[in-house]
Amino acid sequence: MTFVAKPRVHHPKLPINEIGLTRRDYEGPVSTLCAGCGHDSVSAAIVAACAELSLPPHKFAKISGIGCSSKTPSYFLSKSHGFNSVHGRMPSVATGANLANRELYCIGVSGDGDTASIGLGQFAHIVRRRINMLYIVDNNGTYGLTKGQFSATNDKGSTSKKGSPNLYEPIDLVSMALQIGASFVARSFSGDKKQLVPLIKAGLMHKGFAFIDVISPCVAFNNHQGSTKSYEYVRDHSETVTVSDYFQPHDEITVDYDPGSSEDVKMPDGSTLRLHKLDRDFDVHDRVNALNYVQKRQAEGEVVTGLLYVDPDASDCHEILDTVQRPLNELGEAELCPGNAALHAINDSFR
Amino acid sequence: MTTYNDFVIRFANVNGSGSASANGMFAKALFRMGIPVSTRNIFPSNIQGLPTWFEVRVSDKGYLGRREGVDIMVAMNAETFEEDVAAVKPGGFLLFDNTKALALNLKRSDITEIGIPLTDLLLPVFTDIKQRGLFKNITYLGALAALLNIEFDVITGMVSTQYAGKDALIAPNIRALEIGREYARQYLPCPLPFQVRRMDANGDRIMVDGNAAAAIGALYGGATVCAWYPITPSTSVAESFEQYANKLRVDPDCGRRRFAVIQAEDELSAIGIVIGAGWNGARSFTATSGPGISLMSEFLGLAYFAEIPAVVMDIQRAGPSTGMPTRTQQADLLSAAYASHGDTRHVLLFPSTPKECFEFAAQAFDLADRLQTPVLLMSDLELGMNDNLSEPFAWDDTRAYDRGKVLDADDLDRIERFGRYLDVDGDGIGYRTYPGTHPTKGAFFTRGTSRDEYARYTESPEAYVQNMDRLLKKWKTAATLVPKAEIGGSGHRAGILFYGTSALPMQEALDLLTEEGIHLDTLRVRGFPFGAEVYQFIDAHDFVFVVDQNRDAQMKTLLVTEGGLDPATLISVLYFGGLSISADTIQAQVSEYFTEQKLPRLTEVKS
Repeated sequence: MTFVAKPRVHHPKLPINEIGLTRRDYEGPVSTLCAGCGHDSVSAAIVAACAELSLPPHKFAKISGIGCSSKTPSYFLSKSHGFNSVHGRMPSVATGANLANRELYCIGVSGDGDTASIGLGQFAHIVRRRINMLYIVDNNGTYGLTKGQFSATNDKGSTSKKGSPNLYEPIDLVSMALQIGASFVARSFSGDKKQLVPLIKAGLMHKGFAFIDVISPCVAFNNHQGSTKSYEYVRDHSETVTVSDYFQPHDEITVDYDPGSSEDVKMPDGSTLRLHKLDRDFDVHDRVNALNYVQKRQAEGEVVTGLLYVDPDASDCHEILDTVQRPLNELGEAELCPGNAALHAINDSFR
Repeated sequence: MTTYNDFVIRFANVNGSGSASANGMFAKALFRMGIPVSTRNIFPSNIQGLPTWFEVRVSDKGYLGRREGVDIMVAMNAETFEEDVAAVKPGGFLLFDNTKALALNLKRSDITEIGIPLTDLLLPVFTDIKQRGLFKNITYLGALAALLNIEFDVITGMVSTQYAGKDALIAPNIRALEIGREYARQYLPCPLPFQVRRMDANGDRIMVDGNAAAAIGALYGGATVCAWYPITPSTSVAESFEQYANKLRVDPDCGRRRFAVIQAEDELSAIGIVIGAGWNGARSFTATSGPGISLMSEFLGLAYFAEIPAVVMDIQRAGPSTGMPTRTQQADLLSAAYASHGDTRHVLLFPSTPKECFEFAAQAFDLADRLQTPVLLMSDLELGMNDNLSEPFAWDDTRAYDRGKVLDADDLDRIERFGRYLDVDGDGIGYRTYPGTHPTKGAFFTRGTSRDEYARYTESPEAYVQNMDRLLKKWKTAATLVPKAEIGGSGHRAGILFYGTSALPMQEALDLLTEEGIHLDTLRVRGFPFGAEVYQFIDAHDFVFVVDQNRDAQMKTLLVTEGGLDPATLISVLYFGGLSISADTIQAQVSEYFTEQKLPRLTEVKS
């Protein structure tokens, strides 16, 4: 797959935001992910959020690790720099980028393998450090690029496409983020634009570390024997394609349900995901309660979505380190070099 | 016969007993008397209770390398007493606490015992048991002042400076010094045949460890982001940087910091932060040692391919992780030079003195920005953690940082089309932009490879090969920018090539070899990729000794691999025992080669 540019023709009726730009100015080239991939819905939500906030589309640093999710920063905000870095190490690269220039909006996109397995350590520590950024996990419970292994967020007992069950306990990133001290924690579903776009907007505007765990179905690998979406089924019913490069196109999964209610979502593998949207009167400033609530609902087989916790007065890493307001990458010799006179004094201290 | 300003004294202590400051004062006193000294800490990977040695070489000739054999042993550790006694050269002296008599089996007829009843002397003076322990060290320092003829006011002056602000400590320290001095004067054969006397051999030189020097270099070089993970022997680089930056890199108006230091959760994170900051236009560095280089390898490879500036200070130690973390080696050359998977090569700098640690550290940021690639400063424990005599640091206030090829918004408006990886100037180096520079131009997506000259995703074989060939071109440019090798002597048929701390004993080794009729031209490598002068030097000699402080001749491997040289022309001189290489070791191995090969020696005829 090579780079595909989108036509630069604007629909005349596209709404214009406060800085005179349309949504198209926040988009990127055409995605190379599978048709119907939840990750593309997340990218679209990021585009919508940034456009609605009227943020300058070049003032972002988009950082990712490795995996399907980590490819997505090239599909949104093409006027900003992006960095597809090392597997599981997006947090450290984002930390460096944020330290260098505190004025850029920093968006980190990662996956469940990238964050909950290889990058769990870096995830924990970026939460602790309160880097001022929006950290999104496109969570599909599977390794897509290596074709369908379980990830650490996959529920115990669910089956792979080969039919073997996942034997291990899942890691709940939302609970972890709450426990380690993230000052903004939310969960959403990639197909729930009504919920996701506002959450992304809130996360971008939050000062400090904002974390959104987005359940994002994998249309290619969260399937199993017997499913009409499975490899086997496709192979048996089509002679013109090879097994390795064909995925059954899937419609984007969307939901639209009210706060305080639960919603069953059919996943591509035929299973059902039960989402529970937080009530409007849920106290988003009570971290311990949020943690309890998530765990309690989880025990009842429900995945809680919505804004779980926010500390609007949180500090960020730059405040903790007491750095100057001006971006460090703008400082020159005059601000950085103590000069030869100071060096004479240093020399004297060594005599 | 009295020997002035030429001996080795070793202090055997217990780790954590407070001996370091007394021993440091001893060395500093001699330095202030204008006598060249070099110091070496030989210490365990432990906080308290294990043996530790501090060695001071005093050399009127200015030899700074380690010398085998101990002339004066200050044996204060019961646990190592036996081996410490055995380490003294015949004719040497053993200073010990004779509150308890020396066991008969430890007596040696070929050395002189000097017993001082330190415990007994201090018992009536200091009631506090901990104080008594600490002042034991100060008391033997006082005795040494009398035994070796150290100017007493130099030492007392140092006590006053060291405890300035904690005045209550000055009087008891001076009292302890006097107790030692008085006892020595009254009961011991003062002064010994080994003595010091004031000279003026140090000029305006300073005495500093390489890690502090590198940290100051990073400060002067404009580093704003430092991310690190604690690891001996590199820890003090980051700690010194923060310390100096807190003093010298603070906004005078608001008191806020113009730098950020993060102690990361591991080395992977440390280098990730450095690369993220470098990508976003801040000068950033990490300090680590061999195990850290292993962990950072994946990221270093990414930075090579993605062309992101980063500075790594590798303070080398003996491998592996659980090996001898507090012992010195030059053992990371190959893992640093080729760190990571895929075809990668990294720029290395080899400082030999604290001054070079300072200069190369500052220069590393210019090189990293200019070449858009990681640059590794290859120091080691010997240089990094010991106080070394050094020329003073100097900075030209008119010097501007070389930020390399970076386009700003105006530049982007002027050019027709921006291509991040276009080789516009033919030196293999493209132009880059910092994130957020321009509303519509200059943004690009950074990946390892799999992109074309305009940073667009592609897996085309042609694009990959073209990119890799350009990186090779950039590598050739790098060879012209790293510090040139330092060449000494000319016209001899054999040469000796060395780098880093092997320079410390080199002059002494050459003098020893000259005495036996072996004359060598010298080349000190200071950077990698090697400049043309390195290959010319090797080419101009029949054979060249290559000194490596590692088992597998890593510098030789680099020379052979990079230069396509015949390995037979390079003769390895190796030392990898974990102490620093000595002149005797170099002399012995070179001399042995001459003997084995029946090579002629030129001995001057003395008339």
